[in-house]
Order: sequence, then C-alpha cells, then structure tokens
Amino acid sequence: MTASLTQTREPSPAPSLQPTGWLRYLSFSLDHKVIGLQYIVCGFLFYFVGGALAGVIRTELATPISDFVSREVYNQVLTLHGTVMIFLWIVPVVNGGFGNYLIPFYVGARDMAFPRLNAVAFWMIPPSGLLLISSYFVHGGAAQSGWTAYPPLSLTTPATGQILWILSVLLLGGSSIFGGINFIATIVKFRQPGLKLMMLPMYCWAMLGTSILVVLATPVLAGTLILLSLDIVAHTGFFNPGLGGNVVVYQHLFWFYSHPAVYIMVLPAFGLVSEILPVHARKPLFGYVTMVYSIMAIVILGLIVWAHHMFTSGTPPWMRLFFTIATAFIAVPTGIKFFNWIATLWQGRLALTTAMLFSCAFIIQFVFGGITGVALAQVPFDVHVHDTYFVVGHFHYIVYGGTVFVIFASIYHWYPKFTGRLLNEPLGQLHLLLTVIGFNLCFAPQHWLGLNGMPRRVAEYDPSFTVVNQISSVGALMMAISTLPFLINVIGSAFRGPRAGDNPWRALTPEWLTTSPPPVENWRGAPPLVKEPYGYGHSGNPIDLQTARGRDLWTSQP
Amino acid sequence: MRIPPAIITLVLGMMLVLFGLWVANDVSLLPESASLNAPVYDELFKVLLAIGTVLLLGITGIVIYSLVRFRRRQGDSLDGEPIEGNLALELFWTAVPAVVVLFIGIYSYDIYDRMGGMQSLSMHDHAPREQLASVRHAEPSDQDRLWGGIGIRGSADVLPVEVTALQFAFIFHYPEQNITSGELHVPTGRPVELRLRANDVIHAFWVPQFRLKQDVIPGQQTVLSFTARKPGDYPIVCAELCGPYHGGMRSHVVVHNPDDFSSWLEKTAPPTLS
Repeated sequence: MTASLTQTREPSPAPSLQPTGWLRYLSFSLDHKVIGLQYIVCGFLFYFVGGALAGVIRTELATPISDFVSREVYNQVLTLHGTVMIFLWIVPVVNGGFGNYLIPFYVGARDMAFPRLNAVAFWMIPPSGLLLISSYFVHGGAAQSGWTAYPPLSLTTPATGQILWILSVLLLGGSSIFGGINFIATIVKFRQPGLKLMMLPMYCWAMLGTSILVVLATPVLAGTLILLSLDIVAHTGFFNPGLGGNVVVYQHLFWFYSHPAVYIMVLPAFGLVSEILPVHARKPLFGYVTMVYSIMAIVILGLIVWAHHMFTSGTPPWMRLFFTIATAFIAVPTGIKFFNWIATLWQGRLALTTAMLFSCAFIIQFVFGGITGVALAQVPFDVHVHDTYFVVGHFHYIVYGGTVFVIFASIYHWYPKFTGRLLNEPLGQLHLLLTVIGFNLCFAPQHWLGLNGMPRRVAEYDPSFTVVNQISSVGALMMAISTLPFLINVIGSAFRGPRAGDNPWRALTPEWLTTSPPPVENWRGAPPLVKEPYGYGHSGNPIDLQTARGRDLWTSQP
Repeated sequence: MRIPPAIITLVLGMMLVLFGLWVANDVSLLPESASLNAPVYDELFKVLLAIGTVLLLGITGIVIYSLVRFRRRQGDSLDGEPIEGNLALELFWTAVPAVVVLFIGIYSYDIYDRMGGMQSLSMHDHAPREQLASVRHAEPSDQDRLWGGIGIRGSADVLPVEVTALQFAFIFHYPEQNITSGELHVPTGRPVELRLRANDVIHAFWVPQFRLKQDVIPGQQTVLSFTARKPGDYPIVCAELCGPYHGGMRSHVVVHNPDDFSSWLEKTAPPTLS
C-alpha cells in the first residue's frame, strides 16, 4: 500500500478563502469533510429532539389512560417523532453525513462532484428542521396525522401545522435529491484513473444504490405532498372522497417513496458495516461480488413492494399475492449480505472494539427485524398485526437496532479520522451495554403487545397491557441514559482523548491513507490508488516461531 | 478422544430445530382464538415462529461463537485468513433462503385462500363499477364495487350487519331486525357479513381474537365476513389513526350461543306496528 508516500512532502501553507477554525463548521463550507461533519452533528441535535419526543410517548404510555399530555398534543408528538427521526436524523446522517465524508476518499477525489450543491443540500436541513419543530407553536399546533399524513385525516386536522409539515418534508426531500445526484455523479464520474467500479469499497456501492432510490422515489413523494397541500389550501379534491377523490391513491403514491425510504435508511448502514467489519476482523470482506449484486437486487426489489403497507386497505387479491412474494424475496439478497458478514467474521482475528461490537449487535437485531419483516409480508399474518405495536417493534428493530446501531459503530470507527483522537473504549462499551439492553427491553415486548391487541398511535390502551408497556418505557429510559456516556466520551475525547495517529486500526481503505484529521484537499500529494480496499491477510502472515511446526513452514511457501 | 466438529454441529442443529418446534407449539404469544379462521391463522403463525426462532437463535449463536472463538488475543497483530469468498457457499445461502421464502409465500397463499381472502369481489360486474358517491346498502354486491379482504361469502344463512365507523365510535345496524347498537352481537356458527363504511376519515375494524382487520375507507363500500366460534366478549379496536380520540375508539363484540342470540334479538328489536 502507498501509505508512506504521502508523509514525505511538507504541507504548503496556502491562504484559504474559507474559514479554517471551528467557525468553518458553521459556515457555507464547500469542503466535503466539513459538510459531512455538519450533517452528523446537526443530525445528532435532531436525534435528541426526536428522542425527547419518544420520551413523551413512552411516559404517556406508562399508564393506560391519557394523562400526561392532551390527546391532540400526543398525536403531534408522534407525528414529529417519526418525521424528525426519519428525515432529520437517519436519512441525513447515513447518507449526507458519512456519504460526504467518505465517498470522495473512496473514489480518490479531492471533493464531491458538485461542492456548492452539496453545501446547499446541507443548509436546507437546519431551517426545515426548525420549521417543522416550530410548527408546534403555531395556532392549532403541529401536524397530527402521523408521519404518513393519510388523507382524509390530514385534510381535517388543523391546516397550518399540516402545511408546515409538508413544506418541511418537501425541503428535506429536495436536500436528499441534491445529495443523491451528487453521490451518483461523484461515484460514476469522479473515480481516479485506474480505479474500476469493482474495486470500490462496498460503501460506494451502497451509496450508489441508495442514491438511485433517492432520485427515483423522492420526487414521487414531493408530487404527492404538493397535491395534498392543494387539497388543504386550494380545496381541490385529489384525495378527498367527498369531492370525488380517492384516498387509496395517496397511500400508493406515499408508499412508493416511503418503502424505498427504508432502504435509503438501511442500505448505507449495510455499506458502513461492510467497511467496519473487515478492519476489525483483519479479514477481506467475504463475497464482494455477491454483495454488490445483492445491493442492486435490493434496490430493484425495493421499488416494487410498496403495497405491502396496504394489505388491509382494499387492494385486489392478485396484488396482495404479488406484493407478498416480492417483499419476501427481499429477504434473499439481504440474507446473502448477512451470511457474508458472518463469513467475514469467521476465522478472523476479531478486535472486540466498540465499533465491532455495535456492528455485531446490529447483525443480530437486524436479523430479528428481518424475520418479523418476512412474517409481515405474508398477507394473512399482516392482516392481524397491521397498524399495531407489532409493526412498531418491527421497524424499530430495522431502523434503530439496524441503522442507529451502525451509526454508533461508525462514530466509534471513524472518530479517530474525524478528530485525530481515540474514543475511550470502556465508556464506549458501557454505552453499548446500556443501548443493547435498553433497546431490546423497549422494543421486543412491543411485538407481543401488537399480537395481543394494542394498536399503534394510541394515547390510551386496554389496562391489561399496562405491565408490558411499563417494561417498554423502562427500556426507553435506559436508552435515554445510554446517550450520556456517549456524549461524555465524544465531547471529552475531542479535547483529552489520546492521540490516535493517522491509522489506529491499520485499515487499508483510502480515507486512512492520509493524516487524521485529513487536510483540506484530502491528500498532500497524489491520492493513493487502492485497488484492494480489503486486502487483509495478503501480506503473508509471519509464522509464530513458538508454535510453528515444520509442516507449517513447508506449506506456507508459495 | 475428541468428538468430531461435524457431529457437534449436527447435534446442535437438531437441538435448535427441536427447540424451535417447541417454541412454536408450546409458547403462547397470541390471544384466544374465537373465530373459524383464527385457527387457520394460528397454523401459519406457528410455522413462521418455528422458522424464525431457529434462524434468530442460529445466527445469534454463530455471531457470539465467532466473537469468543476468534477474538484477538493480547498482543496479537496478525491478520486472519485471506479468504475472499466461496462460490459454493454463496450459492448455498442464496438457494436455501429463496426456497424457504418461496415455501412460506405459497403456504401463506394457501392459508389466505382458506381464510377466504382470494375470493374475487367483483364477480357480479354487470353493474357500473365505481359509483363511489352512491353507496347503497340493500344488495351491495350487485350494486357497487366492493372492497374487502378476508371472509368466505356466498353462504345462504348469512347474518348481514351494517357497520358505520365514525370519529370515534362504531355503530352496528342489523337491517333485517332494524336494530341499531353500539356493540356487535353475533351468534356462534353462523356466518356474519359486515358491510362497513366510513363517512369522515379512515378507520380500521379489528378484532384480535378473530385475527381480522379491515380498513374502513371513506368512499369504499367494504365487506368483511367471519364466523364466530367461541362465546365470549371480545374487544373491537380501531387500528388506523383517526384523530385525537383514536385510542378510545373501542367497542365490543359479544358472541352468543344461537339460542342466546335469538333472545338478544327479541329483547333488543324495536316494537313493530303490525
């Protein structure tokens, strides 16, 4: 590898038009690394907002009667919780955050294809997030119709909040489309000469697939929401049955985006795990080619499964059959990825770092979410548990137990790259332990609740479910507490963490073959051409003389 | 003598499968089953639970085993084996899940058919299809396009009930007896045909003990059929966010023996003039 080449040249101090100190993180910086960190930190701030909203929900549900907030406020809270967590936390962080930071390194470029568009895409997020949250304070409060905003309910709840919700989601969708275009252009056109597509780190493939989904599906949501807003403000009748509209059409259009949105949230996470595991297992990523094909299979299948959200909405029988089979088949490429990760672990030399352990927790929890997902794909099964807490449990296993765990793994993995300092491992493992216990305590019992008759989005419920709901609320409290060691760690280590060196994990992917943190244009001198980002174990393991037998010496010769 | 790893793996696999079957058959996760299609649903649930348990425990076991067995010892900075892939393994773990998923799909199709879900609702298509505004009650199957999911229709001795879902209650009307009630009363053993409609927003009619749920969508006349099996009092739950009091939109379905049901009808029917 070419790591040592870059060390020889001295940095030339050049005057910069951009702010260089901490102020650059508040500026319209065009540096992809600054933008990436802006996405991640901004996402975390919104994660706390969304988490506080979840705290309101779990506090309300600690008792079977509606006694903590009013019923209207409860519906606003659950709507904001879903919207904030999806559009302001997970999607921006796994796409914009890590995507912007890593993709230019991976393709050997000095920045993204369209740096200015990139900065615009980020700076659309804070205002639209504030717009969304401030809608709570307008007359009538925030939107009350859930993150799905199904008409006719969304046409009858207070209009101002609903319109602000639509505006905010449109802006966030726009930001997401800008990002998607930028990623496609960077990955396809900005690779350095000699770097073939099949040499790229897996996260590039994940981001390429995700960006295709973003660019194909998000405009459909935008169009749908514009029609919905016309129904609200201009009294058109697209989705108003009283005026001859059809509400099921809205559901089709909404889910045409919002099912792919699940893959927009999990495919980048799959990519990040594929980067983390080989480094900490000291083994090549198992089955690179099948991993690539399975990402593309997920992209294609992800676009043709949306109606499985509508099995109880009066869809024709043949359609239910088709969407059952298509949905269940997503388990095949997803399964391939999971088996390949396990094969990557197998016979490795696993460093039990926090990043590795979060990734392994992700594997187990996502498999659980995937199993309940295949069950939900079956129409007769879904008919009973659709719109219940079973579904709430299922998708939190996918997006929290899956993606959010990967976000944490990625922070532990790339923090030395971001800051040049190491995180504290014992604190990290305390964070892991609290998160794993809290998460499973919170969401596993919800499957039982759903099977036994508790619908979702309710402020009050049958008193026989009290104990299980309280267990779930205790789990939520533990999850809230678990962020404390994380925060202390991340903030404290930024100032007092031990120096990491340029490449503390001895990784081979290109972002590590420069200084930590990297200079403005990523490398001093030419970017290294990394043709084997997972070439672990190839250097020929030195033979341990203490345990070696003569036969080992003979067989290890080429 | 060491036991060969292949035998240990085989024994562990067999134990895992047996444990999965035990979980599926003896761990009760579902509420009481009180309608004719609920046991059919429970069959599917058992199959899914068995497969799911085996998969989840198997993968959890392998991950934890790898973390313990292949952990890096103190001071070890070597790499693992440079294994980049294995075509036979890839084919194996593509083919096996594909077959399992296909099996589950076909099996659940069969279950769905037995629950009456594949019945075409637009068999009598001589009437104009989508007269959405003019939903009538008399003979819906002849008048309008019907929507619906589960339920075997066409039986002669059917008890029709008109259900109106509104913010935030269900109203049940028995057209033959001209009874209007806030609770649903049905006899055991006789098919009930619910004709559901909503006038304001989307609601969903859910009886967990019947394993039945159907969205009630404004502008869509919807039919849901079931046959109750077990006398008792079961909750009816609205399962689609319909406004602030969504959580309070609940009712009951009371399942009577046929004799008790006749006396309930007599007791509740409004006096007629004739």
